[in-house]
Amino acid sequence: MKSNNKEPFKKPDISLRQAFGDALVYWAKKYNNFVVFDADVASGTGVQIFKNKFPRRFYQFGISEQAMMSAAAGRAAASNGRTIPIVTTFAVFATMRAHEQIRTFIAYPKLKVIIASSHVGLDVGPDGPTAQATEDLATMRAIPNMTVIAPADYNQMIAAFPKLLECKGPVYLRTGRSPAPHVYPQIPSFKIGRADILRKGNDVSIIACGVMVARSLIAAELLEQKGISAEVINVSTIKPLDKKTIIGSSLKTGAVVTAEDHNILGGLGGAVSELLSKNQPTIQEFIGVKDIFAESGDPQHLAKKYKLTSSDISKLAITALKRKFPPKPFTTKNMNHQYKLLKS
Amino acid sequence: MKPKIKNYYNKNEIELADIARKLRALAIKSVHSAGSGHLGGSLSAADIISCLYFDEMNLNPSKPMDRKRDRFILSKGHSCPILYSALAHKGFFNREELLGLRHINRLLQGHPDIKIPGVEFPSGSLGNGLPAAIGMAQESKEKKLFFRTYVLLGDGDMQEGSTDEALRILGFIKYSNVVAILDANKRQGDDKVENVLNYLPKLASRIRSYGWLCLEINGHHIGQILNAFKTAREEHDKPTFIIAHTVKGKGVSYMEDVQKWHGSLAPTNEELKIALGELGEK
Repeated sequence: MKSNNKEPFKKPDISLRQAFGDALVYWAKKYNNFVVFDADVASGTGVQIFKNKFPRRFYQFGISEQAMMSAAAGRAAASNGRTIPIVTTFAVFATMRAHEQIRTFIAYPKLKVIIASSHVGLDVGPDGPTAQATEDLATMRAIPNMTVIAPADYNQMIAAFPKLLECKGPVYLRTGRSPAPHVYPQIPSFKIGRADILRKGNDVSIIACGVMVARSLIAAELLEQKGISAEVINVSTIKPLDKKTIIGSSLKTGAVVTAEDHNILGGLGGAVSELLSKNQPTIQEFIGVKDIFAESGDPQHLAKKYKLTSSDISKLAITALKRKFPPKPFTTKNMNHQYKLLKS
Repeated sequence: MKPKIKNYYNKNEIELADIARKLRALAIKSVHSAGSGHLGGSLSAADIISCLYFDEMNLNPSKPMDRKRDRFILSKGHSCPILYSALAHKGFFNREELLGLRHINRLLQGHPDIKIPGVEFPSGSLGNGLPAAIGMAQESKEKKLFFRTYVLLGDGDMQEGSTDEALRILGFIKYSNVVAILDANKRQGDDKVENVLNYLPKLASRIRSYGWLCLEINGHHIGQILNAFKTAREEHDKPTFIIAHTVKGKGVSYMEDVQKWHGSLAPTNEELKIALGELGEK
């Protein structure tokens, strides 16, 4: 695997689900304590390769997601953490159909289970809204004891995987369906709760996760052509957030754009907003699915239609920058309004 | 005066019936102290719980984390007063704790919590005990620990789709180390099962069709309960499902088959006195 990393940017894009499957196989020998649960979608979630190589560590549940999730809790409870079940299915089935099983039977007793979901956001593409999970970060983040991880590319997935096995308590891991560009030239170091500043800048902070990180890096280049210096941060741990890095960056730039392939409500944007409004109130713009159900289509076309592309990010970064400048002085036109605001 | 125990029981069975009587009294006292709770389903399960904890299961309260201990899941989590009483009586925690049921800053939660010594799995949301048993039985098989997993289900559990998922899966993978016991007291939250959603017709044949060994017993007859467990142990190809026909509120005259004692309510001081009197306890 290491030999593959010499010229990573020339490699074809690899989906995060394939990265997840490779991570399972790559780490399976060193970590012989994990097993994989599947609900008849192994070829869709990328775990087929693991199923073929380690059939004794693979369990088929049929299309019974609720039972699979409770069974994972049962396995973790009975083994007292010696066996780590990794539950794999599409994000809508894992986080929505079996949401209560995750909350009450995995998170409440703080059992060591990893829930690894593919098929997230508009990255799902032609399968349409039934499979496009745009709520998973919000719902998983709202569960106590849960760690929420969304790696940005192949190399980060490989790096993150052993850390997810080693940390305490349950983990939600967001993978992806469509080919994703590389962000990290080599396998990076990974620490749960640490955000990576991928590009330094002073004018605006672009805070992104998952497939939006690569797009944010392109957006930063577009902004550079216009003389705007953008900082790009990859928040691969949505929960717990890297408070220091995010507050530090927003303190420096004074304007933030969050970018996620997820509803703009409650996900990364919401998490950053909650953090900043308490600690460092900052102007913020949100890139994401705007609280609507999308449609079928090629992921690239969907990204364009629903405004998730790098040029959308750069446009919103400029909007944020404009808002950063001091408000207009009092004029007769807006005086009444300003006065009312002051009085209230 | 202690109620007379029927004479066809042998010595061990008389002991178990006597423990069930004590557990009933403890459960009633703890719900009285809590001010709310579910006694009907607790009392209907008392004899089954007594047989499990004081005869059938391999458990040692001084070694609560022993890897080879048998596992028990109370899928009908609202009946936890009887489980807590059994755990206290067995010595997992101090009996005084029973009076702290449902109180703030105390050990015993309104529904089973894994932090309580002896509780193997949380419950309170119906239909998740049998699925969890799949994972537990898997661990026993794969790690060659040879422990058995027991799940106590209620009428409500049988209406949840996830129970059906687990019935199909366990029958298909043929885990003979799982025993499910249905405490069929035939009353649920609002009304009789037959008036809400009658899952009972042809139940045994449906469960057999999933690949289970299915037995039907009187859930208050200690001999029949122990015999069913023995039959389950002798079965090596299939999981066992025991339909235990019971009476809600069994053991206290004014609670038996009376809808309101499903819960959630507590007996008044007067009612407590009558109940304890009938059970021959103070």
